[in-house]
Amino acid sequence: MIVPYSHVILLAGILFLMGMFCAVTRRNLIMILLGLEIMLNSGAVAFIGAALRWQHLEGQAIAIFILAVAAAEVSVGLALIVCAYRRKGSIDPEAYN
Amino acid sequence: MTLYSVIFYALAALILVSTGFAVTRRNLVHAVVYLVISFFGSAMLFYLLGAPFLAALEVIIYAGAIMVLFLFIIMMLKVEAFEERFFPIRQWIPAAGMCLVFIAAGTLMIMGDPDSRIPLKAAVAEPVFFGHYLFQRHWLAIEIVSLLLLVAVVAVLYLGMNRDSYK
Repeated sequence: MIVPYSHVILLAGILFLMGMFCAVTRRNLIMILLGLEIMLNSGAVAFIGAALRWQHLEGQAIAIFILAVAAAEVSVGLALIVCAYRRKGSIDPEAYN
Repeated sequence: MTLYSVIFYALAALILVSTGFAVTRRNLVHAVVYLVISFFGSAMLFYLLGAPFLAALEVIIYAGAIMVLFLFIIMMLKVEAFEERFFPIRQWIPAAGMCLVFIAAGTLMIMGDPDSRIPLKAAVAEPVFFGHYLFQRHWLAIEIVSLLLLVAVVAVLYLGMNRDSYK
């Protein structure tokens, strides 16, 4: 017997909010990307909890796709940051207006 | 309160505290290291929730590959020289307000649901069984995801190409 599913969902929700807070309030492209990673990870936590709640492997299958999409997203995002840094010499999002 | 639930709450506290530190650090390297701790905590949580294969992947991909990639970029760009300016406090009061409203509404909604009092039963998805399931039910999605990774590789090579050296 572990905890009720609602506690897992609450943990994932708070983690998602922390990621959103990081992506919204930081003035730094790398921290914005880190916030996105935190949000994707919280989604995976919720899916794995759901897989255990309904005793079905579908949630874990979705979590593995989330992992792959996060890897693709972060590689392209970091390449874009490097590209933008070469042009402007800054990673402050306000420099690109 | 069983041993499993004690472990769950300890892991949840570890994840939330280290993520909270990560999102508030000014030094990017410190933020990434705190986030590695958070992802290790998530991996142990996945193991607790019966997904040992995904726990291993979380350590290898998230804590290993993605965070090391972030560290590489941070060191390559020499961003430590920049002093990051935070937004003025009145600009992120709306974000904090939205967060509080969401937490309050979510807690009320979850606590009002009678289904939410049932504790989860511990179960483990064996990696062999999980692999068979994945390749029997989701082979098309796996192909699409592998294509997505290939496209990402091509895009990164194109973006990272130094065009001056070809002229």
